[in-house]
Amino acid sequence: MSVTKTIDARDTFCPGPLMELISYMKHASVGDVVELLSTDTGSANDIPEWVKKVGHEMVGTEQVDGVWHLKVRKAK
Amino acid sequence: MRILVVGGGTAGTIIANNLARRLGPETRSGKVRITMLSASDRHMYQPGLLYVAFGQMAPDQLYRDQASLLEPNIDFHVDPVKQFMLDKNQVTTESGKVYEYDIIVIATGSRMVPDETPGLTEGAEFFYTEASAVKMYQKLREFQGGKVAVAVGVPHKCPIAPVEVMFALNDFFKARGIRDKVNLKYYYPIGRIHTIENVAKWAKPEFDKMGVEYETLFNIREVDAKNKILKSEEGTEVDYDLLIVIPQHRGMEVIERDNLGQGGWIPTDRYKLTMTGHDNVYVVGDTTNLPVSKTGSAAHFQAEVVAENIASIVKIGSPVRDYDGKVYCFIEAGHEKATYAMFNYLNPPDLKPPSKPMHWFKLSYNQMYWTSVRGLL
Repeated sequence: MSVTKTIDARDTFCPGPLMELISYMKHASVGDVVELLSTDTGSANDIPEWVKKVGHEMVGTEQVDGVWHLKVRKAK
Repeated sequence: MRILVVGGGTAGTIIANNLARRLGPETRSGKVRITMLSASDRHMYQPGLLYVAFGQMAPDQLYRDQASLLEPNIDFHVDPVKQFMLDKNQVTTESGKVYEYDIIVIATGSRMVPDETPGLTEGAEFFYTEASAVKMYQKLREFQGGKVAVAVGVPHKCPIAPVEVMFALNDFFKARGIRDKVNLKYYYPIGRIHTIENVAKWAKPEFDKMGVEYETLFNIREVDAKNKILKSEEGTEVDYDLLIVIPQHRGMEVIERDNLGQGGWIPTDRYKLTMTGHDNVYVVGDTTNLPVSKTGSAAHFQAEVVAENIASIVKIGSPVRDYDGKVYCFIEAGHEKATYAMFNYLNPPDLKPPSKPMHWFKLSYNQMYWTSVRGLL
């Protein structure tokens, strides 16, 4: 699966990883896959929570060397 | 060396003044020329708009003549850039002139775009422009009771504003003696009431004490202005009597038109503050795509780094500092008290209990700002 865009939201407290993701998804096309990089320990929970509620799709979650790599497909 | 500063807001003005002081001898000898291009002959203190919306500042208190803020060795023109030609080290302006540069600073800022959300312009009040802040005050003054909904678009300028407006609304309706007739509701895009975890932890019990109700994971999709219903991307709908929105923002049109960055945000190195792939293009303030708050404070600290680095390039041939992500935001907390959030890329803010002296400091800063943009503070 090819990633359309990588958002580097490591080491940020404001606006924070989920805000960065929400912001990007507004401009993305349906089917785009965005990879969000985050060092926020909460991202592994709060990103999938929002993705599920809004109706997009989580297509990957892994932690590598302390960095979360969260892949989301825009579904609508 | 020709240094071109595009944008006369907080970041551009601090950089130009800071450079003018650091490079006084070089500008007098003609070795360096500092030029500023701005879209306006006036400079607005944007944080003052929140006070205008609550009748605590008059609009004319927000402005100074831009030329009066600048050092005399800055060549200032009210002539906004029409096209960036970064491959040629040139810009063209609305007046048709061509400006060449060796180093350019892009500090064009951001703008609210409520029209991108259906029904929002018709159905909501804002405080991000002078006209909208005055209109919001009039609506607040006329309001006799009911449900006031505050919702937040993404991305937005001044991330502390959503919290501050709730404290201000509570104070405002208490002072009018109708707080018991007003239901304050707060809708926030992510899963807690503020994006900064420590701000959320502090604000939640404060909201509970004030009787502010909140719903999280709520992103504005559209507004049915006729029936006064706010709809979310997450599928929920809520009614309101008065809707106040922190509107979604974009970078300036020229940035998008010239394909410098999606959404008008230019890809920027988070430490050097140079545009990706362009070592002689600095980007500061709201214009960057950095995961940093879009605030005057971030613009200020970035501007100091960029000015010092450009001056060092002139003097010793290389930059000397990195931007560490520093931001310092006052937080007006109601009851004539305030606190602050100071953080950088690696260290989260540690909020102190709100105090009256911090509120007085904020009120003082509303005046001290003019010293700050002159590059003196």
